Amino acid sequence: MTRLASGGRIDRSRPLRFTFDALPHTGFAGDTLASALLANGVRVVSQSVTYGRLRGIFSAGVEEPNALVQVGGGTGSEPMLRATQVELYDGLVAESLNARGRLSPEPDVARYDKLFAHCDVLVVGGGSTGLAAALAAGKAGARVILADEQAEVGGTFLGGRDLIDGRPATDWLAEVATDLAALPEVRVLSRATAVGYYDQNCVLIAQRRTAHLGPAAPAAMARQRLWQVRAKQVVLATGAHERPMVFAENDRPGIMLAGAVRTYVNRYGVVPGHRAVIFTNNDSAYACAIDLDDAGLDVPAVVDVRPNPAGGWPDRVRERGIEVLAGQVVSDTAGGNRGLESVWAGQRIDCDLLCVSGGFNPAVHLFIQSQGRLRYDEILACFVPDEAPQAVAVAGAANGTFGLRDCIQEGLAAGAAAASAVGFGDGHPAGAPQVETVAEHPIVPFWLVPDESGATQFVDLERDVTVADVRRAVGAGMQSVEHVKRYTTIGTGSDQGKTAGINSAAIVGALLGQPVAAIGTTTFRPPYVPVSFALFAGRTRGQLFDPARVTPIHPWHVAHGAVFENVGQWKRPWYFPHDGETMEQAVLRECRAVREGVAAMDVSTLGKIDIQGTDALRFLNRIYTNAYDTLAVGHCRYGLMCKADGMVFDDGVVMHVGPDRYLATTTSGGAAAVLDWMEEWLQTEWPDFRVRLTSVSDQWATVAVAGPRSREVLRALAPAMAADAVSFPFMAIREGMVAGIPARVCRISFSGELAFEINVASWYGLRLWEAVMAAGEPFGITPYGTEAMHVLRAEKGYAIIGQDTDGTVTPQDLGMSWVVSKKKDFIGRRSHRRADTARPDRMHLVGLLPVEPEDLLPEGAQLILEPRQEPPVAIVGHVTSSYRSAALGRTFALALVKGGRDRMASQVYAPLPDRLHPATVTEPIFYDKEGLVRDG
Amino acid sequence: MLLIPCPWCGQRDEIEFRYGGAAHVEYPADPETVDDATWARYLFVRPNPKGPLAERWCHSQGCRRWFNIVRDTVTHQIMRSYRMEEAP
Amino acid sequence: MSGSEHPDHLWRNPDPKRSYDVVIVGGGGHGLSTAYYLARNHGITNVAVLERGWLAGGNMARNTTVIRSNYLWDESAAIYEHSMKLWETLAEDLDYDILFSQRGVLNLTHSLHDTREAHRRVYANRLNGIDAEWLTPEEIKEFCPIVNLSPDLRYPVMGASLQRRGGIAKHDYVAWAFARQADAFGVDLVQNCEVTGFDLDGGRVTGVQTSRGPIAAGKVALCAAGHSTVLAAMVGLDLPIQSHPLQALVSELLEPALNCVVLSNAVHVYVSQAHKGELVMGAGIDPFISYAQRGSPHIIEYQLAAAVELFPIFSRAHVVRTWGGIVDVSPDASPIVGLTPIENLFVNCGWGTGGFKATPASGWVYAHTIARGEPHPLNAPFSLDRFARGALIDEHGAAAVAH
Ligand SMILES: Cc1cc2nc3c(=O)[nH]c(=O)nc-3n(C[C@H](O)[C@H](O)[C@H](O)COP(=O)(O)OP(=O)(O)OC[C@H]3O[C@@H](n4cnc5c(N)ncnc54)[C@H](O)[C@@H]3O)c2cc1C
Ligand SMILES: [Zn+2]
Repeated sequence: MTRLASGGRIDRSRPLRFTFDALPHTGFAGDTLASALLANGVRVVSQSVTYGRLRGIFSAGVEEPNALVQVGGGTGSEPMLRATQVELYDGLVAESLNARGRLSPEPDVARYDKLFAHCDVLVVGGGSTGLAAALAAGKAGARVILADEQAEVGGTFLGGRDLIDGRPATDWLAEVATDLAALPEVRVLSRATAVGYYDQNCVLIAQRRTAHLGPAAPAAMARQRLWQVRAKQVVLATGAHERPMVFAENDRPGIMLAGAVRTYVNRYGVVPGHRAVIFTNNDSAYACAIDLDDAGLDVPAVVDVRPNPAGGWPDRVRERGIEVLAGQVVSDTAGGNRGLESVWAGQRIDCDLLCVSGGFNPAVHLFIQSQGRLRYDEILACFVPDEAPQAVAVAGAANGTFGLRDCIQEGLAAGAAAASAVGFGDGHPAGAPQVETVAEHPIVPFWLVPDESGATQFVDLERDVTVADVRRAVGAGMQSVEHVKRYTTIGTGSDQGKTAGINSAAIVGALLGQPVAAIGTTTFRPPYVPVSFALFAGRTRGQLFDPARVTPIHPWHVAHGAVFENVGQWKRPWYFPHDGETMEQAVLRECRAVREGVAAMDVSTLGKIDIQGTDALRFLNRIYTNAYDTLAVGHCRYGLMCKADGMVFDDGVVMHVGPDRYLATTTSGGAAAVLDWMEEWLQTEWPDFRVRLTSVSDQWATVAVAGPRSREVLRALAPAMAADAVSFPFMAIREGMVAGIPARVCRISFSGELAFEINVASWYGLRLWEAVMAAGEPFGITPYGTEAMHVLRAEKGYAIIGQDTDGTVTPQDLGMSWVVSKKKDFIGRRSHRRADTARPDRMHLVGLLPVEPEDLLPEGAQLILEPRQEPPVAIVGHVTSSYRSAALGRTFALALVKGGRDRMASQVYAPLPDRLHPATVTEPIFYDKEGLVRDG
Repeated sequence: MLLIPCPWCGQRDEIEFRYGGAAHVEYPADPETVDDATWARYLFVRPNPKGPLAERWCHSQGCRRWFNIVRDTVTHQIMRSYRMEEAP
Repeated sequence: MSGSEHPDHLWRNPDPKRSYDVVIVGGGGHGLSTAYYLARNHGITNVAVLERGWLAGGNMARNTTVIRSNYLWDESAAIYEHSMKLWETLAEDLDYDILFSQRGVLNLTHSLHDTREAHRRVYANRLNGIDAEWLTPEEIKEFCPIVNLSPDLRYPVMGASLQRRGGIAKHDYVAWAFARQADAFGVDLVQNCEVTGFDLDGGRVTGVQTSRGPIAAGKVALCAAGHSTVLAAMVGLDLPIQSHPLQALVSELLEPALNCVVLSNAVHVYVSQAHKGELVMGAGIDPFISYAQRGSPHIIEYQLAAAVELFPIFSRAHVVRTWGGIVDVSPDASPIVGLTPIENLFVNCGWGTGGFKATPASGWVYAHTIARGEPHPLNAPFSLDRFARGALIDEHGAAAVAH
């Protein structure tokens, strides 16, 4: 048993059962999976990714490179978690991994959410520094968020044995926590890791909310939460990561970071071995020796690379009879399948635990993400924060300040300064508590124990990279750490090289004869720790991925069995099949109804823009290719618009509804883009125009009633409205009551048949539709969907923007010169004169009649002139729309064909996998060329 | 996630805005009289500096106003925000 | 094994000479392949590649390595298919295992409109001699079982186009392979050497100013991707290029889960699983101009939402690292490769979000253009003057697929 009888912050009264690799174990509340494994004597936790070497728990925190586990049970299985960060719960099931995780096929039913928060001061890290900073800022009155990654605040000093004001530091901690809780403007987030630092002090914080509860997690609670915090000031108190030592066979289970060992002993009451050697280049590891000695372990030696370590810490250790091997290194180790058995430090020393410390790297990851710069500090032998462009301060160990007293002081000062920078307090912190300090003997940077081969000197444990690999990379000509990283894969693991990065830079430097300062670090990228895909996705899932828009008439469509099509964000009825009908049969029936009787369609999805003001006419004349000067009130006109490059962008109908007032419709998918486009020109190019634009797409519901008998339906609905061809001519607008609802009726047709579009306030939409269906019943009124609409318009040769065009098509290409004014400037006009745009042999919209009347060409089929198939074949165009027509009793298509208008009556071929399909080029109009049926 | 100062609404998250590219691009006074190369420059060539850039944004999820800011394309710091009618 | 898949020698690290026949500005994939083909195809070896940072540390080191040639327009299809053919023998040609894997690229469609355009592309590809297939949802299930084919998706998968010859390669290895062979031909690869100005004599370029001193050059070839306009501005040349952040990410190493490359333009997902096991995924571009090599997190958030919708199995995978490149976007999403109005100055840029796959062909045609002083037939349509004529090659259009 390696659990101490007392001590630590675990609750021995709450044992928790768990399994690791199917073997049952027991830990206590307050344990991490790592501390519980160590307490159960589990030394080997993984095999390395490349060499299959045995590995044990190496650290006690986020930097863990070895103890990567798959955690499953209850709520689904999650890959590649660090055992050092998994809180133990009863029933936890974990498996070891060799650096590669498994995706569980079970659906993840958990909820992940997001929260946007704002504060004056964000403090990242709840160790001594961060707590002090939060306290100082909070007391000054600032709105503070303190985020800490662990289950409880306290950070590293939960694993130490410092005294503050003569009492255990944890007493001070409890007081500070109470003080913070009493400040109403301070919010403390635990299990909350700041993972990304973006522009203008935007910090993303990933918070784990239920995983530590295991199966007891409430289902309704979000498993994790992503906080987007926007802070006026940020204080980074993110601590430091201990550096490993690089020597031969330095990867055995039982070789651990010295600071981590202290944490296991003091915080979790676990001793990860029986006989421990310390290997260090600095004083911090001496405290480890003392802790282990107090815990009753044999500590035969501290191996210190410094020639004459002296003063407070070394003396205390020597006083206990622990030998200090000064100026020595551990150059090799031996062991078996339970890990370490002895080390070689000029002599063989038997031990099953080797605690290493190569100094500390400030955790500057977030600082670098904030675009801060680093500088190398020769005295501290590490990279420390330097300049920062954003409003950020770094304090404590993250800033290279390692003593507890100094950390608290720096934290208080940083918190007070941050608060005062945003108007709270005078910037002077309250006095710091008394902390006993011991004069330190300076660190001596030490990067690498000399070794011929370097083949077992591991630099990156997760990626299994050795000094030999680094040597090869440098030998191949690589001089940049970024190249070495890519050549060797150092630092590309899921730990992003937290323990490997600086050592590798120093080793590259050593090999090139340059100081580590000249080599620099690789860039740390978000996220600071791995973040699940699901958390980034948040609630943007399922139907919330992109909420669907539906019209007021939608419930009727659903009730009547419509099959829907996604058009932009809209759900539109595609067709309304009767029982037993195929899509083709339904569409032919719906088309026939329009051509022979009467049919109704919900066209509420069309974009609608209300355009008002004394310059409205001028505005329209610039936006649309055609002119509106002659459009009288009470009439409407088809309009087309181009982008500045002259290519067709959208179309619709412009209604002149009153003096200086128009209503423009747009395509259903294009509404937002068209409004944006209009506003952009209005506000940025023509700010002097007196025009106001308002989107009214959702305010109006519109029902199109089409077919030779549509007038009869309108008469039934609106007896007071004169509907004959003379009183209500084509492209006229009438206002009046329809089915007892105030309505605006337009005589517009997209099918070529007599048709009326009835517009009412959207809350009357369903009532209007039901009234239309009732009034139309005697005439056999048929609801129709987008597919029939597409067929009908194609029979008339009306292009659908986005289907028959693709952003490379001009109005002239569509044969629509009639809608392009010669007299005025409009957006895109100048582009039509460019050499390539004015070419006579551009792609023209034409009709196609397959030679065999039953031959339905697939949309998208390419067209060629010669009846041969072997590639490469010169392509002359493609089919844009293709249908079976009830009215024509055959198939037909629209196509864009090179020089198409000069190819009338000639033959083209669609080469399809089965064979060539010949078709004849025609005018793009197939039905009622003379426009005889328009008036009914 | 940029924090963009709308001159009308104050500072808001980037997700509320639509980008409009470089500001102060002159529409040719009389497009019909310029040659193809000049017109192409208007259509396609925009400032793309490494450093401060005057650019347009539209507060499309807010007040729907277009406005200009000066932003450094290397640091993303925003030095100035001004209304459409204000001088560059 | 790490490291041992690479040769023991990659390149010398020479100091720049005073003068070269050709100076290539930018040591990304395209600059390096241009140097290689200049030497191999045209016998021009007195060449320097000047790189402001470390070789291939720009977009070349940051892309998601999707390789395909199924472009819509004839001009694009021709150059990308030439590239594909070069890829197919590149490992042998360069004597380097670049981990080129033709595992197939699926392009999912989610609307009738997408579907129509995908068909259009499939049909066009076949006539251009490019392998292209249409898969129904049932066939997708067969080919890539983890795609979510549920009709309850907000935008259900309606089908996919598939290019079986498409796939991925290891970007760094590709760059190093070109670099190593160029170096072996005697090309000087000069790092930490930023071009800061040009020497002009009349309307002709004669050399460059650099952070490592002036260097004379018979010809200067720009190959600077996101920095192209910065360089062009030094000689008063306007390029229709905008530089945007493009972000990507990787997961931890995972057991094999995804056997092909999947792109879904409608919802902005493109993903593959690299050889070691990490999921590699790209996002849409950030809208604004930037040289910061960083973008905004909501772009990543949106992309992962789409990814988890399409691949529910990814839900608990973790993002281990995100990053950004600076992509050079042209008005028609097609590259600009050719001569400039300035004599002896050449330009190669505008590959935007999709130039990795073009690395071999881009170098091939650009080397030809530099050596002969006139474009290769494959890059002739991609001239700078196409914009004034209006002869754009609009890969943005309806059938657009990024990457
Ligand atoms: C996130 C991301 C994902 C992508 N995904 C794909 C994909 O899946 N498939 C695909 O085909 N393409 C993809 N791309 C695009 C592809 O990476 C680029 O199109 C391609 O790499 C650009 O060519 P390059 O390699 O020469 O550019 P770069 O590697 O950027 O090379 C340009 C070089 O010029 C140097 N330079 C700049 N200015 C100077 C100067 N003044 N002096 C000296 N040197 C200078 C730069 O430092 C840089 O090294 C992606 C890009 C990104 C950013
Ligand atoms: Zn606003």
